Amino acid sequence: MKGLYQAQRAMRAMRQTALQRGVLAVLDIGTWKISCLVLKIDGPDSFADGDGVGSMAGQSRFRVIGAASTRSRGVRFGEIDAMAEAERAIRTALQSAQKMAQTRVDHVIACFSGASPRSYGLAGQIEIEDTSVTEQDIARVLADCDVPDIGSGREVLHAHPVNFMLDNRSGLNDPRGQVGKQLASDMHLVTVDQMAIQNLAHAVRRCDLHLAGVASSSYTSALSSLVEDEKELGAACVDIGGGSTGVSVFLRKHMIYTDCVRIGGDHVTADLSMGLSISTNLAERIKTVNGGLIATGMDDRERIEIASETGDWEHDRRQVSRSDVIGIIRPRVEEILEEVRASLDCAGFDNLPSRQIVLTGGGSQLPGLDGLAAKILGSQVRFGRPLRIRGLPQAATGPDFASAVGLSLFAAHPQDEWWDFEIPAERYSGRTLRRAVRWMRENW
Amino acid sequence: MQQVKPRRDPAPSRFAYRMQRWWLTPLVRAVLRVGLPAFMVSFAIGFYLSSERTVEAVSLAYIEIRRSVEERPEFMVHTMAIKGASEELAQDIREIVPLDFPISSFDLDLPGMVTLVSSLDAVAEVDLSIRPGGVLQVALIERDAAVIWQSRDALEALDANGHRVGPVAEREDRPDLPFLLGEGADKFVPEALTLLEAADSVLPSLAGLVRMGKRRWDLVQNEGPRIMLPETNPLGALNRVLVAHVSSGQDLLSRDITHVDMRNPLHPTLRLTRDARVELELMRVQARKQHFAQLEN
Repeated sequence: MKGLYQAQRAMRAMRQTALQRGVLAVLDIGTWKISCLVLKIDGPDSFADGDGVGSMAGQSRFRVIGAASTRSRGVRFGEIDAMAEAERAIRTALQSAQKMAQTRVDHVIACFSGASPRSYGLAGQIEIEDTSVTEQDIARVLADCDVPDIGSGREVLHAHPVNFMLDNRSGLNDPRGQVGKQLASDMHLVTVDQMAIQNLAHAVRRCDLHLAGVASSSYTSALSSLVEDEKELGAACVDIGGGSTGVSVFLRKHMIYTDCVRIGGDHVTADLSMGLSISTNLAERIKTVNGGLIATGMDDRERIEIASETGDWEHDRRQVSRSDVIGIIRPRVEEILEEVRASLDCAGFDNLPSRQIVLTGGGSQLPGLDGLAAKILGSQVRFGRPLRIRGLPQAATGPDFASAVGLSLFAAHPQDEWWDFEIPAERYSGRTLRRAVRWMRENW
Repeated sequence: MQQVKPRRDPAPSRFAYRMQRWWLTPLVRAVLRVGLPAFMVSFAIGFYLSSERTVEAVSLAYIEIRRSVEERPEFMVHTMAIKGASEELAQDIREIVPLDFPISSFDLDLPGMVTLVSSLDAVAEVDLSIRPGGVLQVALIERDAAVIWQSRDALEALDANGHRVGPVAEREDRPDLPFLLGEGADKFVPEALTLLEAADSVLPSLAGLVRMGKRRWDLVQNEGPRIMLPETNPLGALNRVLVAHVSSGQDLLSRDITHVDMRNPLHPTLRLTRDARVELELMRVQARKQHFAQLEN
């Protein structure tokens, strides 16, 4: 656990530096595209207007001054697959975002969807030394959570304290200062493949940047697409990306489950390409222009030219009906949704008070997806578009930018993580001097 | 046809990427956008001006251009018009203002010329201006001579404030002016003028005032006694004498006396002529004789 603390704390310190400097880049590494937003942090108080939530849900303390996205290369299933290619793609996105922002960015927060995230629920329990709960108690109860065997080659990506219980009262968000005897906590731990994080860190470093934070993109897209009530009452965000589909379940404003289905829009394109014997580019174009999920009689009559340039006249002058295209697309999308369904069942989604499904990500733009998703996932389905943040170009407001926007929200308002709390004093071994200093500071 | 050439990689090369980041660094940007051009310009100017010859040429060209503007006909002054001066004063002014017409108005030192013209004694006030049409207008007010003063060296005309107006060749040149005499008289011309004004109507044969010992006045008549006035309040003393002269028909000043001594105002004194004194003595003797005769009777 020490190593994790140190790595994450180093990144947190880096983020603090970036916030002080006022410029931070946000990098969404997807399978289909890599998008980069350059944020200008105006400081915490520049827009504070009294108590309560400020304008734009308190998110207005930063604005986007540069945005760019580029076709992703060297990324498969949301993981970096070819280092040099991915590095070039990151460089392209960063360069044009920097050019738009007219400033140099040194710190970057990245998110990615793949690397097979796995969720764990952790529980810890302690007796409180004093009568009321102090921050030290929280640190102790978090430290008390018994970490499951996450397996070798895995790394903790998120560790959110989601719930505190004081004696017999549950559902506390902030137990500090409350009186009780026994403090228990639930923690949501997300682990990913270590290689993915290391590759990401390496690629970022090769671009002369400092990595100031890593997040799971299914988490960040939920941050920007779900509204407060949905986060509170229970909702699932399904982020249908290019190479993978992220699922995250929220309850009481905290993510309680996340998963990743390794099928996405690229597979639909590949199916079209194979099924119609056309190039991937053309298949992508047909998917986006003529794609659909629910065939009607009209679609039988709509003929689509699938012109290619192989030189074979017969081959190049074929036509298919839109129904054919839908017939290829639909099974794959159904498969994606079935997988999502399985994942949600695994998370116990049916037990949540509200079972809202929010579809976002580039793949959610397929016409008719809500109808199909309602059949498979449950009746309450809506499309989610990311929250509007200041300065975001119109071209980057679509659902395909949900995770980038969510990552900028995450950068400005990070969720408390395990490593943000002090290491409990008992864990310090031998450093008596620091312990003494700590004791002095706490008691005076 | 298949594409033969591979498509250009849209990604920037590492070098291009680094160069762009370097260029976007605020300090570098400031230096290259402001500092470097400023340095280049100042360096170029400095290099150009480092040679003696170019500096000379530049300054010559500057002077040339300046000259050509100054000597445009619009700025040239052709004549000097003098207003409010007598013939000889105008002549004097033309002599002391050394101008070589036509001259550019930029070359005229108007304040200097004002002081120069003001230094002439006969000039009380002067105003110089350049009128459109190339005329240097000298508008002046001449000093009016109020008295003639015989100093130790010369005969001079003074104005009402005692300022010198000019020399006078002879007293007869200005018989209209009153006459002052004595050292230091020029410092007290206003006082002398009030005295003269008071005396003028009463004393027809008034000759003038003499400053005695640099401190007090004597009023001198052609025919009649000399009136010696005190240092302080000479006007009051003079008025007393004049009143004594005019009132009740005593005709004090037409009597046979040489001096009316008012130097001590509490103790006015008359100085009689020799004849008068003898007469007075005789009268006294006569009177005494009569007195004794009465006593004897």
